[in-house]
Amino acid sequence: MMGSEVAFGFDSPPEIEEMESLALSDSPSTVSSLPAAISASSDGDLFISPPSALHFPLSSTASGDGGDPAPSTASSFLDPPSYADIVFSPFDSQNGDDDNGADNGSMLRRDSSPRSTRAARSDYLKISVSDPNKEQETVNSLVPGGGTYFTYLITSQMRFGSAANGDGESEPVEFSVRRRFRDVVTLANRLAEGYRGFCIPPRPDKSVVESQVMQKNEFVEQRRSALEKYLWRLAEHPVIGMSDELRVFLQAKGKLPLPTTTDVASRMLDGAVRLPKQLFGAAAQVAPQEVVQPAKGGRDLLRIFKELKQAVTIEWGGVKPLLVEEDKEFLAKKEKMQDLELQLSTASQQAEALVNAQQDVGETMGEMGLAFIKLAKFETDQGIYNSQRIRATDTKNVATAAVKASRLYRELNAQTVKHLDTLHEYLGLMLAVNNAFSERASALLTVQTLMSDLTTLNIRIDKLEAASSKIFGGDRSRLRKVEELRETIKVTEDAKSCAIREYERIKENNRNELDRLDQERKDDFLSMLKGFVINQVGYSEKVANVWATVAEETSSYARGNS
Amino acid sequence: MSALGGGGGALRNASTALAISSTESFAGTPSCHTKRVRRPPGSFYWLHAVTPAPPLDTTTLKQLVFVSDYAESMIPPEIGPQKSSSQSPRSPSGAPFLSISVTDPVKLGNGVQAYISYRVITKTNLPEFQGPEKIVIRRYSDFVWLHDKLADKYKGIFIPPLPEKSAVEKFRFSAEFIEMRRQALDIFVNRIASHPELKQSEDLKTFLEEDEEAMERIRSFETGIFKKPADLLQMFKDVQTKVTDVVLGKEKPVEETDPEYEKLKHYIFGLEDHLTETQKQAVRLVKRHRELGQSLSEFGKAIKLLGACEGDSLGKVFAELGSKSELLSIKLQKEAHNLLMNFEEPLKDYVRCVQSIKDSFSHRANAFRLHCELTETTKLKEINLEKLNLMRSDKTREAEIEYRELKAESEEATRRFETIIKRMNEEIVRFQEQKTAEMGLAFHLFAKGQAKLANDIADAWRNVLTKIEAYSLSSGHD
Repeated sequence: MMGSEVAFGFDSPPEIEEMESLALSDSPSTVSSLPAAISASSDGDLFISPPSALHFPLSSTASGDGGDPAPSTASSFLDPPSYADIVFSPFDSQNGDDDNGADNGSMLRRDSSPRSTRAARSDYLKISVSDPNKEQETVNSLVPGGGTYFTYLITSQMRFGSAANGDGESEPVEFSVRRRFRDVVTLANRLAEGYRGFCIPPRPDKSVVESQVMQKNEFVEQRRSALEKYLWRLAEHPVIGMSDELRVFLQAKGKLPLPTTTDVASRMLDGAVRLPKQLFGAAAQVAPQEVVQPAKGGRDLLRIFKELKQAVTIEWGGVKPLLVEEDKEFLAKKEKMQDLELQLSTASQQAEALVNAQQDVGETMGEMGLAFIKLAKFETDQGIYNSQRIRATDTKNVATAAVKASRLYRELNAQTVKHLDTLHEYLGLMLAVNNAFSERASALLTVQTLMSDLTTLNIRIDKLEAASSKIFGGDRSRLRKVEELRETIKVTEDAKSCAIREYERIKENNRNELDRLDQERKDDFLSMLKGFVINQVGYSEKVANVWATVAEETSSYARGNS
Repeated sequence: MSALGGGGGALRNASTALAISSTESFAGTPSCHTKRVRRPPGSFYWLHAVTPAPPLDTTTLKQLVFVSDYAESMIPPEIGPQKSSSQSPRSPSGAPFLSISVTDPVKLGNGVQAYISYRVITKTNLPEFQGPEKIVIRRYSDFVWLHDKLADKYKGIFIPPLPEKSAVEKFRFSAEFIEMRRQALDIFVNRIASHPELKQSEDLKTFLEEDEEAMERIRSFETGIFKKPADLLQMFKDVQTKVTDVVLGKEKPVEETDPEYEKLKHYIFGLEDHLTETQKQAVRLVKRHRELGQSLSEFGKAIKLLGACEGDSLGKVFAELGSKSELLSIKLQKEAHNLLMNFEEPLKDYVRCVQSIKDSFSHRANAFRLHCELTETTKLKEINLEKLNLMRSDKTREAEIEYRELKAESEEATRRFETIIKRMNEEIVRFQEQKTAEMGLAFHLFAKGQAKLANDIADAWRNVLTKIEAYSLSSGHD
């Protein structure tokens, strides 16, 4: 019943309409713009719409409605405020590349910022997530209500898509695939395994109460936009953006061919099956190809136990591990990052509070404006005395100004949200940074464990050799044991060097990522500040003009009084 | 004083003579008059304006002191402000004025007994006042007394409203509340003082001039002896009319059906609703300004700390943004205060004025009812009297006296009712004009404040912008 026929309105962003109907939604004209709304009041329907209808989504930009001229009704009770005066494109340092993606609601990254230049460097021209579709699970789930899920249409275009197709210089090919959220989880897991030490943008959370809220349109829409954002962030990443995993996810037809990582339960089972063998010493060594993966995944129970023991020994035993994190520069950076995370979290909280407060001022200003408009209308209708009419006119002027100012506040707020969102984004990114750091730590732990294994093995060999040297001619069984141990050492050495290489690789990735982040963050922060300040200046000037006009109009009262 | 005042017609001459002599001796002997009574320069002109100077004699000095202290008692009430103004039409500063200021609120007493007292300073050249300047100490309940007295005596006039008794105990002694009330009380007395009828009230003079003990005495005397019985009497009357209504099987109390008056009532009730709504929004706007200020200050702090993480010159840009946020936060708080005083308070006052108009509606309704009843009863008595006359009853004489009394009473009631109508018709015009001016000023101050705030915001951020641009230039080079 709620399948694909449900129009989610992606094709025509609802924000624009909502914002248009600033003053009143029940305006008779189809274009319910501000002056129309005000003039509507003169037709008798007195501002029925509750002020809450004035709310419009923070994310919308004002750039869309610059074109339509206000249908200024001559009979209107209030002079229509000059529309051109209050609608103008947001103040942005570079907003030239606006609006080109509006056709299908796709989120071409069009914010003014180094971010867009970064997006331009990406392999992908376009990534859009649309058309959520409810589908029935083929295998019946035991969880009630868990039988349905949503798939999303993911359309993408590569800059060099044509080359991949082998068609030479033709148009870039557009790929369309259907993916469900589970596939995104798979992608994220594959990336986490394949790109240890990178700051992999964190994927959107899986909602816990998903099956309950699944039905809600806004949830689906939220997830859709979150997915789109996530995919763009992946695409913008210099390494991950070029990864096969992302390309397969975006382009492979049909079911997602990426191997789903076995879930924890079966991995544990797998480990448990191997456990007896390991206990018997048959496979006491770790296969080299596996040490490049963190043990936490549960692939190998014995290794988990070992590494856990190692971690405990280091932490509690005061035993100095053979290899420690000695990179001073890294440690300093890590600390700095933690500090940054803390400050980011406060700043983003405060930014949110600021935006809310700003929104409230705008809304209250608007509501007051409406109240004054009603008052002015009332006074005009009931007017008997000249002084009353004069007052009604003054009231109307103030009311109009308040509504104008309210509108400006809202537009300003939309811009403020857009710019200060950088803070939120970076807070999200800090999670990725922490993941990258913990990959490094766990790789180090693997190395440490292997090294302490080696030490133990060497000690055992020494003991055995010492014991056998006491017996003339040697103890054959002991010698055989020594041979076995030597073999184990050899394998473990291999594993160790493999693990060290992995560790070094992760270190290198960490370093590169931190450098990249530092630079990007500087750029992003700068453009955030700039965007924030430019809009504040621009809109405040507009607001000041609105009020200065009223102050001028009413200045005779001040002179009469003083 | 009667020695000086003499009688009726001679008085004016006497006072001019005194006036002249006093001006001249002012110049020569400044020590002669007490410090408390200092004439504003205006009064010199007023005195100067009077013609021929009689020769000086030795009594002048004595008379001067007399003039200073008892100026009021010297001038009989017949010489109202109109007359005194006609005395000095040639000099503009000699125009009659009565300006009052309510200042220096001081908290007195403790705990539940605590109250705020105000210094009420009167400056005037009106001859019916004791002197050009008088300072008394008054508290809120004194203002209430004045209001109630005027409301009782001048039915039909829209008595300037008083600020509410404080709603919340917690805010009773907050600086903001005290200042708001002081301002409102100041407006209250000055409105009375500028009202053509009210300013002539004896109660106003009492309020402005009696010393504190006398004021206390008058108040306790009235509340103790007069007020309550009057109330009781009224209650008794009300009950009586109700009973007679029932007994005579009359309709419910008669209401005026004048369409004009109906329209006015409708207007006032509608106006109250609209004003209450706008005032509510204004209160919220004040609150929103404060909240925005608060958020901005906290945002500023957070941004500064975040900037510290960045270090180098970008950190400085952050710090700049942060301190400008904090600066603007202060401006917002200031503007919130201005908004409260210059915009929200006038709106609230507007609501109070409308409520005071509603009070006069009920006075008018009462007067109308009394007028109708008495007219009715008089008619009945008249018919009765005619009957008696025809019957030549012995009671005729008695009934005639009764009839005459009733008729007089009825006429009085009618006159009172008509006065109320007349007053209200004048008052509504005054009200409209006054409110147009007052709201105009409130709008002006509101717009000016908002414009200034917005300009301050724009300036502060523009300042930051130059720093950002300087930074991006320098960072672009390396």
